[in-house]
Amino acid sequence: MKRNKKMGLARPGMKTVVFRLIVCVAIPALVALAIMGSSPARAEYADIVINNYSDGAGMRPAIFPHWFHRIRFRCKVCHADLGFKFQAGGNEINMLKIINGEFCGACHNGEIAWSVDNCDFCHSGKPGTPTQVHGSTVQKLLKPSQPAK
Amino acid sequence: MATRSKKTQWVEKKLLLFVLLWMAGSAGCFVPAANAKDVFANDGLHDPQGPSFNELQRPDAAFAGFPVDTVGNKVRWVQALRDGMITPRTNIVPDTKIKILDMDLILGNTGDNAYVRFPHRAHTEWLDCANCHPDPFKEKFGTSGIKMGAILEGKFCGKCHGAVAFPLTECARCHSVKPDTFRGKFGVQPVEKH
Ligand code: HEC
Ligand code: HEC
Ligand code: HEC
Ligand code: HEC
Ligand code: HEC
Ligand code: HEC
Repeated sequence: MKRNKKMGLARPGMKTVVFRLIVCVAIPALVALAIMGSSPARAEYADIVINNYSDGAGMRPAIFPHWFHRIRFRCKVCHADLGFKFQAGGNEINMLKIINGEFCGACHNGEIAWSVDNCDFCHSGKPGTPTQVHGSTVQKLLKPSQPAK
Repeated sequence: MATRSKKTQWVEKKLLLFVLLWMAGSAGCFVPAANAKDVFANDGLHDPQGPSFNELQRPDAAFAGFPVDTVGNKVRWVQALRDGMITPRTNIVPDTKIKILDMDLILGNTGDNAYVRFPHRAHTEWLDCANCHPDPFKEKFGTSGIKMGAILEGKFCGKCHGAVAFPLTECARCHSVKPDTFRGKFGVQPVEKH
C-alpha cells in the first residue's frame, strides 16, 4: 500500500516530466525542422536556368549553380577571362561551342572539371522551366505571389 | 513526504539531464529527417527524375562552417573570402592581371535615405575592373547617372545585386552612411586602415 500510494503521488511528477519532454524535445525538434527545412531552399539563390534550345532538342534545361562555382572561382574568371556576359540565356551557349572549349567547355573538358560526357549533371532542370535567375529580386517583384522556393 | 519529493526531484533532474544530453547527442538525427524533404526536390527547378539528381551537391552540405547570412545564399561571401574559408581561383589563363583597388566612394544623391558607400576593395576581390568600367559605370565620380529605379530594374548595381550578390531588399547595406554624422566630401574617400 505504501508503495502504491507513492506511485500514485509520483504521477504529477511524471506529468511534469512528460511536459518537459514536450517542451525540451518536441518543440525544439519542430523548430529545428522548420529552420532546416526553410533555409537551404533560399541558398540556391542565383542558380541560372538556361533553356534557349534544350526543350526544343528534347533535353532537360541546363542549370548553372553560381553558389557552387563561386566557392571555386572568382566572378572575373568567367565574366572577364572567359567572356560570359551578365545575362541569363544571353550567351547563346550550345553544345558545339562547349565541345570546342568555349563557355562551360573551358573547364568541363576533363581537365579543370569533369568532361561533357556527364550530360545529366548540367541538364538537370525540370522540362519546360524557362531561362531565369532563380530567386532574383526582379523575379520576386514580378511574381510576388509565388513563394521564393 | 520530504524524502519522496526529493527523490522525485532527483529522478527528474537526472531525466532532464539525460534528455538534454540525448538531444545534444542526437542532434544529427534531425538532419536526415530534414533532408528527406530534399531542397532540390522542392525548388521548382531540378527534375527529381534526372539520372544525376542525387549526385548533385546540396548547398547546405557545401556551406557547412561558412559565415551565415540571412539573405541570398545565406553566406557572408566577402567574409568567407577574407577569412580564407574559401579560396576561389583568380584565373585559369596564366596571363590574367589581378588588380585589387582599395578605394571607397560615397554617393549622396539618395533623397532622404542614408548615403551609399561603394567599396572598390570588396568588389575587386571578386571582379575585374572591366566588369563595371566603362559599362555601366564611368570612371569618374558622379557621371554615371545612377538611379534607384534603374537599379531595381537590374541596371547599375542591380546588375549583380538582386541576381547573384546580396539582394536589393537589403537597403542599409548600400545606404550605410548616416547623413547627420558624415562630415566628409562625396566621391573618393581617404584610404582607411583595414
Ligand atoms: C557543362 C555543362 C553541359 C554538359 C556536360 C552538357 N551540356 Fe548540353 N548544353 C549545356 C548548355 C548550357 C546548353 C544551352 C542550353 C539552352 O540554351 O537550352 C546546352 C545545350 C544542349 C543542347 C541544345 C543545343 C544544341 O547544341 O544542340 C543539346 C541537344 C544538348 N545540350 C545535349 C547534350 C548532351 C547529349 C550532353 C552529353 C553528351 C550534354 N549536352 C552535356 C550544357 C551542358
Ligand atoms: C564558373 C563561371 C561563373 C562564375 C565563377 C560566375 N558566373 Fe555569373 N554567370 C555565369 C553563367 C554561365 C551565367 C549565365 C549566362 C547565360 O545564361 O548565358 C552567369 C550569369 C550571371 C549574371 C546575369 C544574371 C541575369 O540577371 O541575367 C550575373 C549578374 C552574374 N552572373 C554575376 C556573377 C557574379 C557577381 C559572380 C561572382 C560572385 C559570378 N557571376 C560568378 C557563370 C559564372
Ligand atoms: C571556370 C571553370 C568552369 C566553368 C566555366 C564552368 N564550370 Fe561547372 N564546374 C567547374 C568545376 C571545377 C566543378 C567541380 C568539378 C568537380 O567536382 O570535380 C564544376 C561543377 C559543375 C556542376 C556540378 C555541381 C555539383 O553539384 O557537383 C555543374 C552542374 C556545372 N559545373 C555546370 C556548369 C555549366 C552549366 C556551365 C556553363 C554554363 C559550367 N559549369 C561552367 C568549373 C567550371
Ligand atoms: C546595391 C546597392 C543598393 C541597394 C541594395 C539599395 N540602394 Fe538605393 N541607391 C543606391 C545607389 C548607388 C543610389 C544612387 C546614389 C547616387 O547616385 O548618389 C541609390 C539611390 C537611392 C534613392 C535616391 C533616389 C533615386 O531614385 O536614386 C533612394 C530613395 C533609394 N536609393 C532608396 C533605396 C531603398 C528604399 C532601398 C531598399 C529597398 C535601396 N535604395 C537599396 C544603391 C542601393
Ligand atoms: C562592381 C563595380 C566596379 C568595379 C569592379 C570597379 N569599379 Fe571603379 N567605380 C565603380 C563605381 C560605381 C564608380 C562611381 C561611378 C560614378 O560615380 O558615376 C567607380 C569609379 C571609379 C573611378 C573614379 C573615381 C574618381 O576619382 O572619380 C576610378 C578611377 C575607378 N572606379 C577605377 C576602378 C579600377 C581601377 C577598377 C579595377 C581594379 C575598378 N574601378 C573596378 C564601380 C566599380
Ligand atoms: C558586377 C557585379 C556587381 C555590381 C555591378 C555591384 N556589386 Fe556590390 N557586390 C558584388 C559582389 C559579388 C559582392 C560580394 C558580396 C555578395 O556576393 O553578396 C558585392 C558586395 C557589395 C557590398 C558589401 C561589401 C562588404 O564589405 O560586405 C556593398 C556595400 C556593395 N556591394 C555595394 C554596391 C553598390 C552601391 C553598387 C553600385 C554602385 C554595387 N555594389 C555594384 C557585385 C557587384
